[in-house]
Amino acid sequence: MKAAGVGIVSYGTYVPRYRITPDEIGKVWGVDGKAMGKNLNIHSKSVPSPDEDTITISTEALRVAIARGKIDPRDIGALYVGSESHPYAVKPTATVVAQAIGATPSLTAADFEFACKAGTAAIQVCMGMVSSGMIKYGVAIGSDTSQGAPGDALEYSASAGGGAFIIGKGPVIARIDATSSYTTDTPDFWRREGQRYPSHGGRFTGEPAFFRHVTECAKRIMSEQGTKPSDYQYVVFHQPNGKFPQRAGKMLGFTDDQMRYGLVTPYIGNTYSGAALIGLANVLDHAKPGDHVLVVGYGSGAGSDAFDITVTDEIATYDRSTGTPVQESLESGTPLTYAVYAKFRGKIRLSGS
Amino acid sequence: MSVARFWRETLRRYNLGASKCPDCETVFFPPRPVCPRCAVHRKSIAKMEPCQLSGHGKVYSYTIVHEAADGFEMQVPYVLAMVQMSEGPMLTGQIVDVEPSQVKEGLEVKASFRKLREEGEGGVIHYGYKFAPASQAPKAP
Ligand SMILES: [Zn+2]
Repeated sequence: MKAAGVGIVSYGTYVPRYRITPDEIGKVWGVDGKAMGKNLNIHSKSVPSPDEDTITISTEALRVAIARGKIDPRDIGALYVGSESHPYAVKPTATVVAQAIGATPSLTAADFEFACKAGTAAIQVCMGMVSSGMIKYGVAIGSDTSQGAPGDALEYSASAGGGAFIIGKGPVIARIDATSSYTTDTPDFWRREGQRYPSHGGRFTGEPAFFRHVTECAKRIMSEQGTKPSDYQYVVFHQPNGKFPQRAGKMLGFTDDQMRYGLVTPYIGNTYSGAALIGLANVLDHAKPGDHVLVVGYGSGAGSDAFDITVTDEIATYDRSTGTPVQESLESGTPLTYAVYAKFRGKIRLSGS
Repeated sequence: MSVARFWRETLRRYNLGASKCPDCETVFFPPRPVCPRCAVHRKSIAKMEPCQLSGHGKVYSYTIVHEAADGFEMQVPYVLAMVQMSEGPMLTGQIVDVEPSQVKEGLEVKASFRKLREEGEGGVIHYGYKFAPASQAPKAP
């Protein structure tokens, strides 16, 4: 799908401050955590404080985007939060976030769910509403505080963080020239209502799920745009671990150099709905006018959304003095022991609870 | 605290909504309908300007809590502080993302949107401001 005159007006991210290493997790379960981390290409993952959740992470990320873009919150006509860890089963995350940034009451708001690609789906909806002239600015947030069952392979990667993107007609720091999707019914990963931890299809999560959707979707948008991998300075994939996106990139013909800024999971873990968006934010933190960026998200269940993005001259004067650069979130963090991590993540039950 | 009472206070808890006297320029948090500092209070009636605190401030005084209040068991020990905001008002709030031993009077902090408390597992979740150190670049593990 070609898009006209729509793009990213501003963006912000938030990654909680605490980290845990695969080594520390492995020690508890009698597993060689170092080897596990090496296999997954994960050095550490972020851990939210007990007082952080998808609502607080979304709000902090969006506050950064609003400050950087000098946006009047009352100009935001739509706000969507994509997550698989909304704090309430019934009561929208989006309403709290909208109130906390002062965008209420004249806007439409909703929560999106599509495993890890709910945030990219929200970008697509905002693009449509902005293009049609229904709204001036649309906000798309992808944010999660995901959990793996204790001892499960997912526990080494599932982390917390979020990205907020303000979509509008201009002036934009990056044009979104096209978007494409690839969607099928594939049961690779799920969580039933009321279940605390998700289930997954083990090895089934690879070939027929992540790799098929990501590569097919990437090929589709490049064929529609008449582009090839070497036409892009940077590529960003969804990144459930550090290895899958590298392999998808190789399968498609991208180099490590094109992937270097878009790959953030090795240091903060898989932030689910936030992952591709934080990767894109890191690319934009480093990008120059004219840079061409391909983004391919993925959500289990399953689907991929791709975006063909061109960075504009506006990026040269874009004010990033608010918020934390993604690179700093990758390089900093306070390490936790497994015991404190278990306490923070509510894995320890208190008497009476 | 009741759901309704908390809801009425979301403007200031979520957004640090304050008010400013147009004559003496004093900023009040929580917002006040009249200025108690100006000699002729009536002058400021209906003239107080709504404004929003920037969220930046300095720790004025603090205490480290070891006996958790209900719902704070997971956060012990934690720091409660009086924070002097850059616009003037003094706010009380928790200092997060910090080792209690690193909190000092004068520490520069910024507001951070956090969960304040939950009304049990099935109840409403209250959100609002806490404070975190304004700058920190701790080492990665
Ligand atoms: Zn006054």
